[in-house]
Amino acid sequence: MGEQLLANKAIAVPGEEIARGMDFVPAAGTYRDKESILAARLGLVSTDNRLIKLIPLSGRYLPKRGDMIIGQVIDVQLSGWRIELNSAYTALLSMKEGTSEYIEKGADLRKYFDLGDWIGTKIINVTTQRLVDVSMRGPGLHKLSGGRIIKVNPSKVPRIIGKQGSMIGMIKNATNTKVVVGQNGVIWVSGKPGDEIRVLDVIRKIERESHKSGLTDVIKTYLGAPDAVGDGNYEQMDDQNEDTGEHHE
Amino acid sequence: MNSERKMHLLDYFKEGFRPDGRKLDEFRPITIEAGTIKTAEGSAIVTIGGTRVIVGVKMQVEKPYSDRPNEGTMMVGAELYPMASPKFESGPPNAQSIEIARVIDRGLRESKAIDTKGLCLIPGEKCWSVIMDVCAMNEEGNLLDAGSIAALAALNTTIFPGFDGTIVDYKHPSDRKLELKKQPIAITVVKIANYLLVDPTNEEEQAMDARLTVTTTAEGTICSLQKGGEASLLPEEIQAMLELAKTKAKEIRGSLSGKGL
Repeated sequence: MGEQLLANKAIAVPGEEIARGMDFVPAAGTYRDKESILAARLGLVSTDNRLIKLIPLSGRYLPKRGDMIIGQVIDVQLSGWRIELNSAYTALLSMKEGTSEYIEKGADLRKYFDLGDWIGTKIINVTTQRLVDVSMRGPGLHKLSGGRIIKVNPSKVPRIIGKQGSMIGMIKNATNTKVVVGQNGVIWVSGKPGDEIRVLDVIRKIERESHKSGLTDVIKTYLGAPDAVGDGNYEQMDDQNEDTGEHHE
Repeated sequence: MNSERKMHLLDYFKEGFRPDGRKLDEFRPITIEAGTIKTAEGSAIVTIGGTRVIVGVKMQVEKPYSDRPNEGTMMVGAELYPMASPKFESGPPNAQSIEIARVIDRGLRESKAIDTKGLCLIPGEKCWSVIMDVCAMNEEGNLLDAGSIAALAALNTTIFPGFDGTIVDYKHPSDRKLELKKQPIAITVVKIANYLLVDPTNEEEQAMDARLTVTTTAEGTICSLQKGGEASLLPEEIQAMLELAKTKAKEIRGSLSGKGL
């Protein structure tokens, strides 16, 4: 029987021993060295039975297959688009994955996605060399026209979405805006300028106070919102999260 | 910038504020940390919002220029290191860094902030040379104004190194301060469509049509101008920009007096 050396929600620094024993299983942010489970990065320990993982405190976004993200078109190439991910890596959106329309040979691809456009997209593959492929095929994946972008630390994304999308649903209702949250920490907001600023203000508050529990109620009071329950009208990118800051693999 | 994005930016300006919630003529919070580099004769770090600039002042003894044998010299250099922004590359200075250095230099030189005659040691033989290095640590827009405030704050802390007539002793500074005659501050006013704004962020700099950098002294005298951007400016617009820059410079002087300015 192994022994857990760092308690749940304790801070682990890289190389620190979190648990000892073969019955523990290392997950995201941790690795095994012989008997021990060690931290690979700075983060909060999070245990799920024998599964041990780290919730990063900071850091850039690392592309992961299946993530819904918001990216920006930075190059239009012959056979697709180069997408900036708010990460160290860029992604390729191939012509085939970009649109289901038939594209004439030599057609101007800017007609579909132009330089500087923001798109809600999904990562379909990440190679070991970190070559990232994204796709526009799937529900809710489209070009994000109008509106504005707010960037946050990717590790705060689960808190911004909330349990079953409760936080984001509340923000949308209270501010009368459309909001799409990407797992890469890019948030798209569309509404009247004044309402968009309110969303910015609330998101910055969530970022600052993300460590507190009962955050949804704090934000509810802050917004003066009538109802903190998720209304099911949140879009796409938030269905795989819980309030604990975890997401399922 | 994408025209759709720009239209949305203009929607904000129409309502009288900007994407970060500021008013059009409002600066982000400014902080000054003076005397941060111990090995320099004078130094300061200035932050404007997320923009962060450090300036170091070094002094050395040189031969005066032959056409100005009774005057010391001054020089401003600016470096935009890749650590400040992904759009900066290492290598020789580019147009932007040269412009920043030259506009800051022009403000200090033309206002006669530094008393160059007082820097002369032996006419035609030896004089002090004041060298300012402006270095961007993080770029989130409006580097020029940040650099100008930092250069001024650094000069205000500058103390001459020890000098016995032949060797400069940097380890033992003298008790002589570099007295500034004027306090020039550069304020950049940006024109986007018909709106004038100060302290642009990266996003606003991308959407910019034209800009005018105005350096004013504490007395309100204009000592340098620099126009940038592709669009033209009407005389009344220039007048409005000058006025805006003057009021802003005054405000900044007021809020930062005693903290390095």
